[in-house]
Amino acid sequence: MRFPSPDPSLPFRAPEAVRGLAAELARLDPGRPVRVMHVCGTHEHAIGAAGLRDLLPPWLRVTAGPGCPVCVCPAAEIDCAARLAADRGVVVAAFGDVLRVPSRLSLEEARARGGDCRVVGGIEEAAALAAAEPGRPFAFHAVGFETTACTTAAAVRRGLPANLSILSSHRLVPPALEALLAPGGPAPDGLVLPGHVLAVTGLGEYEALHRRRPVPMAAAGFEPAEILLALAWILRRLRGEPSRERVGNAYRRVVRRRGNPEARRALAEVFEPVDADWRGLGRIPLSGLALRGRFAALEARTRHGIAEDPAVGDLVPGCRCGEVLLGAAEPEECALFGAACTPESPRGACMVAFEGTCHARFRTGAAR
Amino acid sequence: MTPEPPDRVLLGHGSGGRLTDRLVREVFLGRLSNPALDALSDAAHLPDPAGPLAFTTDAFVVSPLFFPGGDIGSLCVNGTVNDLAVAGAVPLHLSAAFILEEGFPLADLRRIADSMAAAAAAAGVEVVCGDTKVVERGHGDGVFVTTAGIGRLRAEPPPGARSIRPGDAVIVSGPLGDHGAVILAARMGLDAAGSLRSDGAPVAGLVDALYAAGVRPRFLRDPTRGGLATVLAEAGREAALTAEVREDRIPVRDSVRAVCSLLGVDPLYLACEGRIVAIVPPEQEGDAVRALRGVPGGEGAAAVGTVVPLRVAPVSLVTLYGGRRAYDTLAADPLPRIC
Repeated sequence: MRFPSPDPSLPFRAPEAVRGLAAELARLDPGRPVRVMHVCGTHEHAIGAAGLRDLLPPWLRVTAGPGCPVCVCPAAEIDCAARLAADRGVVVAAFGDVLRVPSRLSLEEARARGGDCRVVGGIEEAAALAAAEPGRPFAFHAVGFETTACTTAAAVRRGLPANLSILSSHRLVPPALEALLAPGGPAPDGLVLPGHVLAVTGLGEYEALHRRRPVPMAAAGFEPAEILLALAWILRRLRGEPSRERVGNAYRRVVRRRGNPEARRALAEVFEPVDADWRGLGRIPLSGLALRGRFAALEARTRHGIAEDPAVGDLVPGCRCGEVLLGAAEPEECALFGAACTPESPRGACMVAFEGTCHARFRTGAAR
Repeated sequence: MTPEPPDRVLLGHGSGGRLTDRLVREVFLGRLSNPALDALSDAAHLPDPAGPLAFTTDAFVVSPLFFPGGDIGSLCVNGTVNDLAVAGAVPLHLSAAFILEEGFPLADLRRIADSMAAAAAAAGVEVVCGDTKVVERGHGDGVFVTTAGIGRLRAEPPPGARSIRPGDAVIVSGPLGDHGAVILAARMGLDAAGSLRSDGAPVAGLVDALYAAGVRPRFLRDPTRGGLATVLAEAGREAALTAEVREDRIPVRDSVRAVCSLLGVDPLYLACEGRIVAIVPPEQEGDAVRALRGVPGGEGAAAVGTVVPLRVAPVSLVTLYGGRRAYDTLAADPLPRIC
């Protein structure tokens, strides 16, 4: 396997480069407060772990948007998976974080009631489990953005064991960004784009988005220097400096213009975009992925005759996950944060998942 | 005619009958021999220790059983010896109880007993009593071992988190996370070019070196499960103080960091099995680092931070980039069955 050659100007763990970039950011003061949003749980973790917010100029705020696929999965879809396990005798295979996400019935609670819920690291593991017990029905709860959806698509294309179905909760990033940038939305001044999603999709969809919503946006990797480089690119655009690139790319060692063509082909062949609900954000047009055509019969909802119950609410009283997912509130502004809601006993989805903003902030942020 | 001795553990090996006797004599007595153990009585008879004692116990369920730099045998001796050492005691005697799974290869059990013997000799302790039980196939995972240990307390007051004062220095005896990274890599099938080895070793020599140099640690701990971050978070919470540590001073091997980056794990939460964390009065910082560097296993010792009045979190890390982040005890163990 050949890897793209790393950009030599961006070494790993490079404090000098980071200090230089932080100083450059300070010089790019546009003379007004700026709020840039990232939409990736791993970015929130990287920012917290490096203490990057301490290095930002006071006029620049970096907030977290809906970047955690587990967090944005609506409670009604978790409830579907849990009912498959608890009431229908289906073995539900899900990512570890998904088990603890609160719902009317969480997967963890379904398991305590005798349902069979297993933690897997991906669809291949679910397929192996199903193949080992051909007499039992299995369902893989497919949660994730384009990065995970392409692995589901690849496995579906290769063929699944006959007893394995898929409960698709996959979501697409660009439609959510379009919703965030729409009039009346939280309207950030710029967007740091999730590097690994763009490694799959390439820049094209984001260039199209920028034509409709001309807010500066740049892809970033997960090294502190790459995040600061993306912020600097965004600030230059806010100052009116021209760029030949419509969408910035501060993650050139991984993100290619056309993304990963094979992954994109698999996605297009197996899935079609459908309107979908996001926890805290409501329904977003063409933001979900449904199994298409000859693959549609693999959908667990169809195979087991189950559907989301609209009566299942997303948030417990007092939980501000919805605002946190929009970047409209910081976790620390929620009265439950760190008190009634902790990683040990989470009340909202954002405190459950490793990629959740509240979880990341709780892990890394309490020092100030 | 005598039947061929079995090459695997049988249920009969735990029956207390002839098979058990043969297993104990052949596998354990042959390797761990000492007068108290050799008597094979219901309880070991020990000499008068002439002073107050420390007593501890630990269960070992590590998976895999064998890993680069050690195995469950060395781990179950070092783990208990180290708990005594950091409690301010000189380790003397151990017990060892084995739960064996039916079908476990006896050759592996001999290898484990060999490691126990070597680790006990290195730490200057004797295994003076033991027990073996066998469970049906599928009811164990090869071998589980529980060791208990007795040590003689030093004359000095035992170290404890409540003695920590603002201004004290935080010292580690070497690179962090080696053991955790080895186990993680072995489970994930990562080879990492074979450069990873567990740091499993007795720490009694490190503790002796500190006391011999006149250092009086206010707090001592071996950072096993949960790593440096958990040890400091627990100490900070108990003392109502914050340990402020600097990322650029904390020794972590590149190979360990690589495994951590690949798997999304923080090296400061990874277990060590042959390191100590010492919090010492500020004027003893230099002596402590020099003393540790002068003994085997302490070559990589470093002062990594200072104790300060309580901030919000019990551990505050000044990152490589000059920002700050907090550490606290983990909600859930990211890596079960590490020891």
